Amino acid sequence: MPEELLEIERTGSVDEPARAPESSALIEPVADPAADRLARQELRRQIAVLEKQLGQLFASAFPRTGIEWGVPAVGGPRVLGVAELERVRDALAVRLQEAQAELERRGEVEEANRGLLESMIAEPDRYRWVRVAAEDVGERPCQHWHSRPRWGILGMLFGWWRVKHSSGCPLAMGLAAPLFAR
Amino acid sequence: MSTATPEAGWISPELREEFPGLGLRYLLVERGSGRSPRELKHRLALMSDRFSGPQAIALRHKPIPYAYRVFFRQIGLDPDEQPTPVEAVALERIKRGGFISESLLDDALTIAIIESGVALRAFDADRAEGRLGIRTTEEGEGLEGRPGALPTGTLVIADEARPLALLFGAIASGRGVNPKTGRMLLASIQVKGVPDIAVEEAVWLAASIVRGTD
Repeated sequence: MPEELLEIERTGSVDEPARAPESSALIEPVADPAADRLARQELRRQIAVLEKQLGQLFASAFPRTGIEWGVPAVGGPRVLGVAELERVRDALAVRLQEAQAELERRGEVEEANRGLLESMIAEPDRYRWVRVAAEDVGERPCQHWHSRPRWGILGMLFGWWRVKHSSGCPLAMGLAAPLFAR
Repeated sequence: MSTATPEAGWISPELREEFPGLGLRYLLVERGSGRSPRELKHRLALMSDRFSGPQAIALRHKPIPYAYRVFFRQIGLDPDEQPTPVEAVALERIKRGGFISESLLDDALTIAIIESGVALRAFDADRAEGRLGIRTTEEGEGLEGRPGALPTGTLVIADEARPLALLFGAIASGRGVNPKTGRMLLASIQVKGVPDIAVEEAVWLAASIVRGTD
């Protein structure tokens, strides 16, 4: 039984990254049907834990895009055997680990960009023409901060630099609601 | 079949043992589908306004949608490729900009699924024999309208004679609700983690909308 996954359930922690289990640590095939059923139940429990963690990570990653969340299906709907449940569990664990690593990596870049943005706002003339997009700091896209001169060429000549914040995303506009005669 | 309270469908013994919490409730509605009344379309439009992208993202956090996602994984489905019923409805809302009215039955199911998070199906009651339940397919058994036999052990919703639909999948040809259907069976699928009250409420809500009493 993979120790890592048992540990996740015991502590109930969602903060600790889940590690992909070693292939050698997989549940041994068993001939006893009762033991086999117990193994399937345990694997289903682990799948539930991993799915919960992946869901929480997915929600916390919003609005970042380009992160792979998919876990391929083994084919169903049917009662999966131990080996198939192990495949699902392992794929979930690997996906969770990769997504966490990607989010950590992006978090570091975004933190650096936030620092750059703060410096830009404090001293815009030191960061002339630098532009930071919202997605660079982990926010929803369609807005940016741009260090540019006030009053165009005049500002350039006199060093009147400022950081201009764009107006943001357009309002969401879906299909018009049906009209009803009163 | 009772028209008063949702009836509990049968679950084959091996599935009951394998998936504690798996259940089926269904209710007979003495009418077919048809066009949605104006009030129902209005209700859908109001619901569209209340349901936005962040809510769709947060669905995975909520206990009932989460329970279905877990069950999908456990039976070999990928809930990102074949979304759970509530996520499928939410995705449609995001893609199409609103809950678009289709028919009385579809609209009733959309509202009930979004409000409760529970998976609902509908069948032609006059083309179902006996009680409904969930079981696995036998060797050589197929789904009407679909070429070839289903793999042995496929999970299906069945009556006492034949499979009516894949669990969370396609309905057998002629067993679903069509314009000629006179009576419908509204069925909700319960999985571990979904409370009884939510399952009954989902069927009740859909039935009430179809009957025009909600």
